[in-house]
Amino acid sequence: MNGDSLFFTLFAFMACLGAVAVVVSQRMVRMAFWLIISLGSTAALFFLIDADFLGAAQLLIYVGGTLVLLVFAVMLTSSGPYLNIETSPGEIVMAAMLGLLFLFMVVSSQTGIDWNGTNQQMAAANGMTGEISTFDSGSEGNTLRTIGMSLLGLRPDRGAAETGQLHTGYLLPFEIVSVHLLVVLIGAAYLARAKRRRDT
Amino acid sequence: MATKRNAIGILMGVELVLNGANVNLVAFSHYTTLGIDGQIYSLFVIVLAAAEAAVALAIALNFYNNHLTIDVDRANRLKG
Repeated sequence: MNGDSLFFTLFAFMACLGAVAVVVSQRMVRMAFWLIISLGSTAALFFLIDADFLGAAQLLIYVGGTLVLLVFAVMLTSSGPYLNIETSPGEIVMAAMLGLLFLFMVVSSQTGIDWNGTNQQMAAANGMTGEISTFDSGSEGNTLRTIGMSLLGLRPDRGAAETGQLHTGYLLPFEIVSVHLLVVLIGAAYLARAKRRRDT
Repeated sequence: MATKRNAIGILMGVELVLNGANVNLVAFSHYTTLGIDGQIYSLFVIVLAAAEAAVALAIALNFYNNHLTIDVDRANRLKG
């Protein structure tokens, strides 16, 4: 069993385990935690299948945005043991240890990179334009440029230059989604505005 | 999704369903000749799921303000 299939087995098992635990768990905060496990494992599966931009978007939007929103809603609407959140000294020590570990990871990865070589690679990658087939996937990612050009209406992966046939991209859905997000923002702010509480 | 009576639990179930659809889209776009199409559909699904979660949580907070609970079985009146 090589590394890819090992990681695939691990993350697929964690995604399925998290999904089942979301369904069978009874407390809302634990459901949110298992949902983080499941969605994060799915993002790892996306990274394994060469969809790196999609995995990063999954981590940023789902795990970073939607789940924080869900946890806020759980806290705002819950009753009982989650109304008051107190931290015990052991949790403070644990949080400090985690923070120091993260700081150590960031500092060690920062000092371990050859910045001059990376700068030269990035300059070389930015200097060439157009040829999608020659860019270095190690410094730019596998799908970033293709997805960006598709959202602008171009399809470099379909080879429009060779056949002369123009393949349409996703410019119109992109614009529709952007206007939709604006409408959702205004609508959610209108729905959740502060009002007088009714006595029912 | 159908086993929960809490509105936010139902929302988490919807997120799981959309996530499973995303996994299928990305896997089929990787192992067939679809190219990048499946990943872009997955991006749109992620964005629309985030928008749906924002609106649904606003509705849940509004419902909690009116009923002091988010049990969806209590939502049995229109214009309540």
